[in-house]
Amino acid sequence: MARYFETSTTFNFSWEQVACAYWKRYPNPESTHVLSEDTCHREVRDGCLYTKRLLTKTNRVPKWGERFFSAKSVKIIEESIVDPKNKVLVTYTRNLGYTKVMSVVERVEYRRQGADTVARRAACIDSQVFGCARAIRAFGIERFKNNCHQMVNGFNFVLHNMFPKQCPTSTQSPTLVPTFKEIRTAAAATAGRAKANVLHSVNRT
Amino acid sequence: MNSIGKECTELKQKYDDCFNSWFSDKFLKGDHDDSVCSGIFKVYQECVKNAMKQQNIDFKEIDKDILGTDKEFKVPPSSTGS
Repeated sequence: MARYFETSTTFNFSWEQVACAYWKRYPNPESTHVLSEDTCHREVRDGCLYTKRLLTKTNRVPKWGERFFSAKSVKIIEESIVDPKNKVLVTYTRNLGYTKVMSVVERVEYRRQGADTVARRAACIDSQVFGCARAIRAFGIERFKNNCHQMVNGFNFVLHNMFPKQCPTSTQSPTLVPTFKEIRTAAAATAGRAKANVLHSVNRT
Repeated sequence: MNSIGKECTELKQKYDDCFNSWFSDKFLKGDHDDSVCSGIFKVYQECVKNAMKQQNIDFKEIDKDILGTDKEFKVPPSSTGS
């Protein structure tokens, strides 16, 4: 069974600012794993902008995962629709290749909420590796959760750079520190669990 | 940001600059005529398609449209979290 994850983030910027910054998200200090970014297709249809981009990213896997993912980089397809009338930007990303080992599909909807923009993120992570699928899914979901903070921080960095007049909200920083710690602990625990699971299933076969 | 083909990065940056101004100054303001960047887009596309071919990228997989179709995944109720 695939694993799912949902989360939402508020950006203290207008929807128009978020939509403009979306195309300039890379590079940022949190995106050193993004190697390339290309537009493969783009058209305006029924007042909406349809875009397809190809990204390559370095493949970060723990030691135990190297037997499944030997590739040094992964390719990612990103589809997006910008609806300027309803002020909605939807993005849909999936990995290209290695989908039997692990498929990570993410859908993000950026909508206007008053003066801010809310991003609702949903992800579906699956694996079909016999005997190890559960461990790989657990690893994938934890890595995804971890990366969410990086994505948000990176995007905020770009937004603050592009639109510097806005002050960052003071409510965010104090809560971020324990959250990071929690995540790190959770990730370490899951990695340990996943490793144990893999070893367990390897020993069984 | 780099292009997947080193030789395309300069074209990509030119196109991105054109696109970004068009997006903020025209598209978001209701002017949907995208012909202003179409010339540079064509040149850049040719370069990228070649680079992709050289790297054996599966075009069929790229051409698939999922967003906006019923192939999008749906989060089943009460299966999130943890």
